Amino acid sequence: MTFASIIIQLLNGLAAAASLFLVSAGLSLIFGVTRIVNFAHGSLYMLGLYGAYSLIEALGRTPLGFWTSVVLAALAVGLVGVLIEVLVLRRIYRAPELFQLLATFAVVLVIKDIALFTWGAEDLVGPRAPGLSMAVEILGRRIPAYDLLLIAIGPVVLLVMWLLLTRTRWGALVRAATQDREMVGALGVDQARLFTSVFFVGSVLAGLGGALQIPREPANLELDLSVIADAFVVTVVGGLGSIGGAFLAAVLIGVAKAFCIGVGTVHWFSADIVFSKLTLVVEFLIMAIVLVVRPFGLLGKPQAAQRLAADPAPPLTVPSWTFVLVGLALLLAVPIVADRYVTILLTDIFCFALFATSLHFIMGPAGMVSFGHAAYFGLGAYAAGLLLKRAGLPMEAALVLAPLVAGAFAVVYGWFCVRLSGVYLAMLTLAFAQISWSIVFQWDSFTGGSNGVFGVWPAAWLAGKTTYYYLALAFCGAGIALLWRVLFSPFGFALRAGRDSPLRAEAIGIDLRACQWIAFVLVGALAGLAGAVYAFSKGSISPSAISIAQSTDGLIMVLLGGVETLTGPLAGAAIFPWLRDEVARRTEFWRAVMGGVILAIVLLFPQGLVGGLKALSQRWREERA
Amino acid sequence: MTAVLQVEGLHKSFGGVQAVADVSFAVDAGELLALIGPNGAGKSTCFNMLNGQLAPDGGIVRLEGRNVVGLRPRQIWRLGVGRTFQITATFASLSVRENVQMALYSHAGRLRSLLGRFGTAFTAEADALLGQVGMLDQAGRPCGVLAYGDLKRVELAMALANQPRLLLMDEPTAGMAPKERVALMELAAGLARAQKIAVLFTEHDMDVVFSQADRIIVLDRGQLIAGGTPQEVRANPDVRAVYLGSGH
Repeated sequence: MTFASIIIQLLNGLAAAASLFLVSAGLSLIFGVTRIVNFAHGSLYMLGLYGAYSLIEALGRTPLGFWTSVVLAALAVGLVGVLIEVLVLRRIYRAPELFQLLATFAVVLVIKDIALFTWGAEDLVGPRAPGLSMAVEILGRRIPAYDLLLIAIGPVVLLVMWLLLTRTRWGALVRAATQDREMVGALGVDQARLFTSVFFVGSVLAGLGGALQIPREPANLELDLSVIADAFVVTVVGGLGSIGGAFLAAVLIGVAKAFCIGVGTVHWFSADIVFSKLTLVVEFLIMAIVLVVRPFGLLGKPQAAQRLAADPAPPLTVPSWTFVLVGLALLLAVPIVADRYVTILLTDIFCFALFATSLHFIMGPAGMVSFGHAAYFGLGAYAAGLLLKRAGLPMEAALVLAPLVAGAFAVVYGWFCVRLSGVYLAMLTLAFAQISWSIVFQWDSFTGGSNGVFGVWPAAWLAGKTTYYYLALAFCGAGIALLWRVLFSPFGFALRAGRDSPLRAEAIGIDLRACQWIAFVLVGALAGLAGAVYAFSKGSISPSAISIAQSTDGLIMVLLGGVETLTGPLAGAAIFPWLRDEVARRTEFWRAVMGGVILAIVLLFPQGLVGGLKALSQRWREERA
Repeated sequence: MTAVLQVEGLHKSFGGVQAVADVSFAVDAGELLALIGPNGAGKSTCFNMLNGQLAPDGGIVRLEGRNVVGLRPRQIWRLGVGRTFQITATFASLSVRENVQMALYSHAGRLRSLLGRFGTAFTAEADALLGQVGMLDQAGRPCGVLAYGDLKRVELAMALANQPRLLLMDEPTAGMAPKERVALMELAAGLARAQKIAVLFTEHDMDVVFSQADRIIVLDRGQLIAGGTPQEVRANPDVRAVYLGSGH
């Protein structure tokens, strides 16, 4: 690499870092004050991009029109943020973290469909910035003038934010609330107004980040989740709640990625290494190293203990034998009495039930919230398919080995994850899932890329729909039974003990980290089993099995059913796919409808369906007594 | 005879502040040693260095002759140390009995089983410990619903489940009613003397300290300023000056 190309890649990286910084700064700011991880932050970025596109079309492609549009789009997104805060989040500030997360994810779904309705499914390519479309020659290379402007905007916004936070009364309140939210409330500050204003500023930053990208990338509907994944990585690396950290991390990651793309393909020891495809791996490596060395990010501080902790989890009860046996008898009878459609639907539901149960295990009793559980489901599915198609193993062997492959990945990912807790942990799990997804997506020659793997059918003797139904019931049922069994074992109790009080667990000699790691691997392997059974039932696998959407499907199933009961995830796994199919059959905008349903549940049944029903029946019994 | 706990030249500073400076003392088996001092004297810092939560800048902490500096809290528990916290820490979703059983399972190294059923073993042992601390009638209730004073008793039972050689109690009676305080400390003292357990405790309630401790050491601004029997400490003019205030 020459000196010139190093400088050029540096500039490319800095330009890319600008928008990344804006989004992450907004996310960090909102989290710092409200303690809400705003999943919809990527959607706000997307809206900024679409909004700027439409405004420029309306106001004209002149410098004035362009810049007015960018500013207006950012402000409009700020108002959308205020709307979200007032209509949804304000009602659930005291709800458990997970419900807030689910609510913001519902907002993601709604915004995606609003964007689909307004702008259509086609990518929209925006204009170049009028007056800045030329290139500047630096060291004999041509750099777009607009990129140089972006490089300047990052530090300018950082400076403005710093002045806002250190020189204004509003900034003092924000900093105080970031350190101790309750104390600020106790001092008589109007929290509602403070939170709304923080949401406004954070959303403006996201919208601005999006709008500024209009000359660089087309507006499309996939941006929401890809941007939020990037923003999570940047905030985790920089330190949650630290604007300066977000800037540092955005620059670090932006530049590292640019260098990867710049290096291109390198021939090393008779192997071609395609660096340009390794951008996500590099991003991950940076994050992994930072988290091991500084678990709270480059400029982050350990999270203050929260006095407003949620109520302690209620004791778990074993599902009754009557319930289990009656359920099993009914399921065994299904293929005899019901039609083919029901059999196939239930086969899917078994896979989701095991998937959801494994997710519930890790986030409920083990106390480790995962945003990226689909990684293990998807890796299990891919392992099954690739062992069958690429390694030429018999289907039976592939089905049995696939969970072990998923478990092996969980060994590596889990090693990092158990070092963190809370929101950091959740973001890290999401980042691992996203990395797995991108490797699968980009490695065309091995995984089939975006098309996936086809012809993943069961062995002939298992191929009948009824036979496969029983196989799925046996494997998924056994997986669920194993997880339930472990929950009530000494190991399972130690996990619950560690979730209740890590301090006390350590003080009585429990190696909590080791316990959590084992749990992570167990759960990963069983999610992998669910994925493998699913792959053979569908006959094909696509990268969507590993996607963020799949992970959140799992979260929705668990939270729908209720995290406090063992049967909750089963109910969620049964209801959610069915509900989605029903809605999707009736409208193109099924996501918005699902989002609405989720919001209704979050706002009306904060304990999930099964929890809510239990509370209702208890109230009914008390009234009769 | 070597002391159960021997602390030599313990140091810790935060930034430029010397929180604990050159502190040395020892506790024998069956002895109750009270560590007292005004707020901010360094008691909690001192405590957290003994149980492995905080790494000292210098000094040695010997447990029956073995230096435990650098060990993690869970390793120190394995060497026979039980502890209770200033702000109680129990497993809220588990029952009182299960909390004590958890400590018993851990003491016996039986928490690694993934397929066995928790709670079938050590029921009698757990109930015996709960009987000792007067919590047997509440054995089936989840810890999350207990009164604060009762949680302190559960913590004591969990610490005793380890058959400890040393018991570390940080403000064992904080947050309890005055009557309850002396009762709990009498209970702990009785058990400790009967089982030859060395006890180190910090305490703000002087009635508890002077009625229960065999010896008292006084910490002020990170330094030990006095030590001896309750009578000696009561009579010490330095202690009166810094601790009780010069007006006494």
